[in-house]
Amino acid sequence: MRFSIYRYNPETDAAPTMQTMELAGADVTPDMMLLEALRLLKAQDESLTFRHSCGEGVCGSDAMNINGRNGLACTTPLVDLKQPITIRPLPGMPVIRDLVVDLSQFYHQYRSIKPYLVVHDPEPEMEYLQTPQERDKLDGLYECILCGCCSTACPSFWWNPDKFRGPAALLQAYRFIADSRDQATAERLDALEGPYRLFRCHTVMNCVDVCPKGLNPTKAIGQIKKIMLKHLI
Amino acid sequence: MHGVNNMTIPMRKFDTLVIGAGGGGLRAALQLAQADANVAVVSKVFPTRSHTVAAQGGMNAALANVLPDNWHWHMYDTVKGGDFLGDQDAIEYMCHAAPRLVVELEHIGVPFSRLDNGKIYQRPFGGQSQNFGGAQAARTCAAADRTGHAILHALYQQNIRAKTHFFDEYFAIDLIKDDEGYILGALVLEIETGEPLIIQAKTTLIATGGAGQLFRTNTNARINTGDGMAMALRAGIPLQDMEFFQFHPTGIAGKGMLISEAVRGEGGYLINGNGERFMERYAPNAKDLASRDVVSRAVATEIHEGRGCGANKDHILLKVDHLGADVIRKRLPGIRDMVMTFLHIDPIDAPIPIFPTAHYTMGGIPTNRFGQVVVPQQQGAEEPVPGLYAVGECACVSVHGANRLGGNSLLDIVVFGRAAGNHIIDYLKENRYSRIASQHSIDAALTHLARWERRGEGETVDGLRNELKAVMDHYCGVFRTEDVLRVGLEKVLQIEQRLQNVYLKDHSKIFNTARIEAFELENLVDLALATVASALARKESRGAHMRIDYPQRDDVKWLKHSLFFKGGALDYKPVRMKPLTVEGFSPKPRVY
Repeated sequence: MRFSIYRYNPETDAAPTMQTMELAGADVTPDMMLLEALRLLKAQDESLTFRHSCGEGVCGSDAMNINGRNGLACTTPLVDLKQPITIRPLPGMPVIRDLVVDLSQFYHQYRSIKPYLVVHDPEPEMEYLQTPQERDKLDGLYECILCGCCSTACPSFWWNPDKFRGPAALLQAYRFIADSRDQATAERLDALEGPYRLFRCHTVMNCVDVCPKGLNPTKAIGQIKKIMLKHLI
Repeated sequence: MHGVNNMTIPMRKFDTLVIGAGGGGLRAALQLAQADANVAVVSKVFPTRSHTVAAQGGMNAALANVLPDNWHWHMYDTVKGGDFLGDQDAIEYMCHAAPRLVVELEHIGVPFSRLDNGKIYQRPFGGQSQNFGGAQAARTCAAADRTGHAILHALYQQNIRAKTHFFDEYFAIDLIKDDEGYILGALVLEIETGEPLIIQAKTTLIATGGAGQLFRTNTNARINTGDGMAMALRAGIPLQDMEFFQFHPTGIAGKGMLISEAVRGEGGYLINGNGERFMERYAPNAKDLASRDVVSRAVATEIHEGRGCGANKDHILLKVDHLGADVIRKRLPGIRDMVMTFLHIDPIDAPIPIFPTAHYTMGGIPTNRFGQVVVPQQQGAEEPVPGLYAVGECACVSVHGANRLGGNSLLDIVVFGRAAGNHIIDYLKENRYSRIASQHSIDAALTHLARWERRGEGETVDGLRNELKAVMDHYCGVFRTEDVLRVGLEKVLQIEQRLQNVYLKDHSKIFNTARIEAFELENLVDLALATVASALARKESRGAHMRIDYPQRDDVKWLKHSLFFKGGALDYKPVRMKPLTVEGFSPKPRVY
């Protein structure tokens, strides 16, 4: 099985290269995920560098660009991939080494939307009550694993990573707006005003296409826009 | 020579250094940051990648939202689940604190599933009972089957709000201390640059999680290499009860991904190759919701005796399709996703093939219920190690005893994360001035850091790690005997020797994951020795430690905690049988 993998070590390489690497057919099992293949390749060449941890799609470490499309290596079956399997780091982010990118800007945008519940009222002794229907509104929002697949697939984020919050951060902004317990909707909307933070989304929908958890940031962004419009009127 | 070297190493100073950014570390950090302590959290991965994120089924607390419940029943179940090896003061503290801590998590935003009356949804889990061994209880608070994810993200979010200082992607090498034995932080390695950093702190909290990577087939993330436990061993601290390693009954057969106990809590059950619901034979009352050690042994026994499923009779089936699509979609969406991804079957239509899989380290760094690390002194009594704390899976407080109940792990990390945070705040009030780390201690850490600079030809990290894990699978699994453990110990000792002959080829500085994996392998080897040696010594069967040659629990000789020291020495200490306010539970036969 043939791979073409982006290699770059700033200590030794003047520029990145695409390296051809191979796995013997005997090493490849039919139900193998890409992450397992990468680990076998790393056993051949321990300098091959990528992040990974849980191996089951919940920690969000091993996001990368696989045959031109962002995804998680641990939940991408090898059999579905056309050879040579071309693997690059997430696009648009500074590369630290090989498939490892610097996600500082992505995390900064996440922190910027104040991703935490804000309640002004005094706390009751028991839980805040929330109906199952109210809780259902958080489904499809809270499951985000911050892997970065969506924001780094978004042209608006490529052009303005410092100004546009990006789909991942905006999905979380809506997760708190949609939470019946949160009391900071007005502040959250105010903080997203202006031409960039929210409104740079041009509904290209790459984010929806690549999300490994099947979430829909575009829809969430649309909801925020709708509420904001009401808020302005 | 290292003394000179040391002058060039940058140093940062904090009140508290937290090593590990899972639920335990983040809950402690939050307590500290909210009390205006200057706290640094060091984590080898970005915090939300910590393994707490993978916890599925939920967190136990006697809220009584679904069925009658109280914390005393929860305490009884936990003592019994741990086969009476748990310390009952700590267990009382945890179960009593549980409802308050779940409510607190809800208040900071955890999206718990809800009941029609708006309260937190609770489901039945293994080993839970009403009224001290009566009918099944429903004590596990859940956010669908993504409870760990929901809690970890909420705790990280609150730490963002509290402006906790994070050192993301830094790997802790060793603790540093002064000549009087006060722990004063750690030498850490910035993974991105390969540069060392000394983080000096008046207090240090180890919250580095478990060591599931000891085994080849496990439910754990790659990062679960027990780094903090091994660091404690190297600092002269023993590890407690390491022979007790939990095998979860329902890992995906041959792959290891966890299938939550929530599946059985929602009504799923196990069937063998004859289609028989075999748990009825092993646990007539609790059946599929007996405690994990009991169910794992039953599954292993069915397969061993030729009643497995499939062409090779090498697994058991977890039947769920009778629950209906609505329950599966609503309550077990993450499990359904995972089974569809990794097995290409939809649990709405077909049963899930499972096998007992290495899951949880009951043992760890010995602590008291305030999270203080405690070690035996000359006279036998134990004393805190000044400035050092540990919480969560890396610690042994011991609330789980010989076998952890499902749903008690998320509880453990938030209860003792908070308790340690509070104790540290008091400690900081009484210890206002920084102490000076000893040169000897810094030199030792630097020597360790330089270990993988050596160049030469020899074995590889990957090769030796694979061997170690295979040895642990074969010689230290669900069923153990003297002969098998003896061979296992010999093999792990040989691997320890061969570690000297392992060399890296990649000596680059920037984001060198090969070097991190080498440090992790060293840690795993130390923990494998602790596990096998402690298991060989304990000549009884209790909880997760099943000795075929000593099949009975022996409370006369073995109602005591093991302590393993680096170098191989073993010691023991009594179980704290006296709770804080209620009567203690005396050992009795454990039937489910």
